[in-house]
Amino acid sequence: MLHIFDKIMRTGRLTEPVAQPEKAVAEIGATFSREIAARFGGSLAIRMVDAGSCNGCELEMNAANNGFYDIERFGIHFVASPRHADLLLVTGTVSRHMQAALQRTWEATPNPKFVVAMGDCAASGGEFGISYASCGAVANVIPVDAVIPGCPPTPITLLQGLLELLRR
Amino acid sequence: MSGREQPTVTQGRVAELPAALRAAGIAARPDAGPVGPASLLMVPPDNWGKAAGVAAGLGLRWSAVWGEHRPPEILVTAVLFGQDGHLLLRTALPEAGAELTSQTPHYPAANRPERYIQDMFGVYFVDHPDGRRWMCHQAWWQDQFPLRKDFPVAGTPEAETPPDYEYPFQTIVGEGVYEIPVGPVHAGIIEPGHFRFQAVGETILAMEEHLGYVHRGVEKIAEGRDLAGLARLAGRVSGDSTVAHTWAACQAAERALGVTVPARALALRAIMAERERIANHLGDIGAIGNDVGFTFAQVQFSRLRELWQRQSLSAFGHRLLMDRIVPGGVAIDLAAPMIEAFQAEATQLRAEIEELLPLLLEYPSLQDRLRGTGVLAPVLARRLGALGFVGRASNLQDDLRRDAPYPPYDRLRVEVPAYRQGDVAKRLRVRGDEIGVALGLIEQMLGDLPEGPLLAHCPPSGHECAGLGLIEGWRGETVCYLRLDAAGRVLRYFPRDPSWLNWPVLESLIHDNIVPDFPVCNKSVNGSYAGHDL
Repeated sequence: MLHIFDKIMRTGRLTEPVAQPEKAVAEIGATFSREIAARFGGSLAIRMVDAGSCNGCELEMNAANNGFYDIERFGIHFVASPRHADLLLVTGTVSRHMQAALQRTWEATPNPKFVVAMGDCAASGGEFGISYASCGAVANVIPVDAVIPGCPPTPITLLQGLLELLRR
Repeated sequence: MSGREQPTVTQGRVAELPAALRAAGIAARPDAGPVGPASLLMVPPDNWGKAAGVAAGLGLRWSAVWGEHRPPEILVTAVLFGQDGHLLLRTALPEAGAELTSQTPHYPAANRPERYIQDMFGVYFVDHPDGRRWMCHQAWWQDQFPLRKDFPVAGTPEAETPPDYEYPFQTIVGEGVYEIPVGPVHAGIIEPGHFRFQAVGETILAMEEHLGYVHRGVEKIAEGRDLAGLARLAGRVSGDSTVAHTWAACQAAERALGVTVPARALALRAIMAERERIANHLGDIGAIGNDVGFTFAQVQFSRLRELWQRQSLSAFGHRLLMDRIVPGGVAIDLAAPMIEAFQAEATQLRAEIEELLPLLLEYPSLQDRLRGTGVLAPVLARRLGALGFVGRASNLQDDLRRDAPYPPYDRLRVEVPAYRQGDVAKRLRVRGDEIGVALGLIEQMLGDLPEGPLLAHCPPSGHECAGLGLIEGWRGETVCYLRLDAAGRVLRYFPRDPSWLNWPVLESLIHDNIVPDFPVCNKSVNGSYAGHDL
């Protein structure tokens, strides 16, 4: 136990300041308004939905929770149920096998709600596009309010993107 | 506490298979097949299942099976592994009324892959013990076969694909038995899939997986791509294994085309592969701690993973190393100052691991949760063909880097850790050991990094050709089969992620555990949903 305390003390504080976001968000839809800052400025609950991702975006989303980025210090936290969420963070080209699940997750999220498409697949279909197996971009299935591009977006891009949305 | 005991490796020899098949009355004949380290043996379709029985009798490990539509025929090819390397077993059958005997009775690992072939190619396995569909949800009809050549890539989907409510799960009936459906959307930041628990009180009687939710048609959309496009796609089969799958695809292409990859590029590929192994082990060790409420492990190991990924970014330009391996070599060199930085980083990480791992391994309230949890007995690991660290924690030591080494591992000494207990604690420990081994390999390669070019030209061969890729990824043996046309475009791409074999292992080891321990058991195996679903 003492060894653990000792290591914690020696590790110290990891958390880094986040530079002012510089255009991390590529597209912001008309429905995304100042409302989000006013309503959710202090506390944004995110339900993530992997709708057909390779898992790259999830790795970086997890990294945004590590000590260096500590996304929770901005009041942004990931929740277990869409019923507790303000925002859906959707990754992946939407596989047809996930289409109904994504739609239902969106329906289960209380209003007002926002959708952010994370990563190139969610933004445009990426390497996968539209096929017998895939619906392509998230916007083909549910309304999307903003897009954070990258393959995958880095944790800092994701964090800056979300902060940019909160500060508008 | 028991230490390391004599581990087992695959016993039989594939060279003995042709004679053994003939002795069993099976007309097996060698054939010129994919170029690679494996020979190809053709057997008649009616003896497909029986041939697997002969292979199992020799002690060979079953590794993969895939279909390939070559109108008017369908080829089905299985990979077997013995002490002397890999062998391909192939049969050809007419596309109309395609029927085959099943290998599943002899190799349980063939169960889902055969059902996958049934769904995707319309090959009916007559004596398969489980005839249920596997990859076919509701996006196409059961009499449509997406990987047949006459099925258009666009398919004929409805505007809204219905949810797959009707999948016939196996149920257990009895007093106090209840069912818990979980997924496809899970509670955490994780990929989608469905788990169906049959439980009494807190105890899991059985858990059944229903996967395929992130089926993106990888194999179908690969068709017609050039090699650069194939490599990009391979890098997104499973994001955490981008190096392993890209390397396997490029290796298959290079073998098919007879391209010799420069020595420096091979060393850099292996450095990237070991970096990927370390990054994933770091992340998962922390996550295993987190799943039993030990946040210290999560904070410390996610710190180490983040530092590791940042170094990957500064050295190679990508935190996950996507698109760094390209057909013929690598897309980026390791700058001279980075070699020193890598060496310092390895020394530092080793010191951190040597300090942190004992804290985890000796912390009683953590070990109390991990020891005896999610036990996979060695005999079961062997029977199911468990791969990578999952096999190694259950005394199954196979590792291609040592047992069937491809360059540059043929010049390196690879130690393979193994334990007998097969519980979550040992799966964690094997990962800790593997970080040490991988650091040693990186140091060896940095100390002897060949000079020279990074890229060989990969011109089309002017005729059809095929190749096999075999890479020991961080999850285990990663297979790739590739056929190219005369212009160098993809006719067939099949990536076999190790998760195909390790997902069924989770169903097996979760039996009799408590429901709240499912997340930590799942994380200790960490199958890839995307790598499996394709």
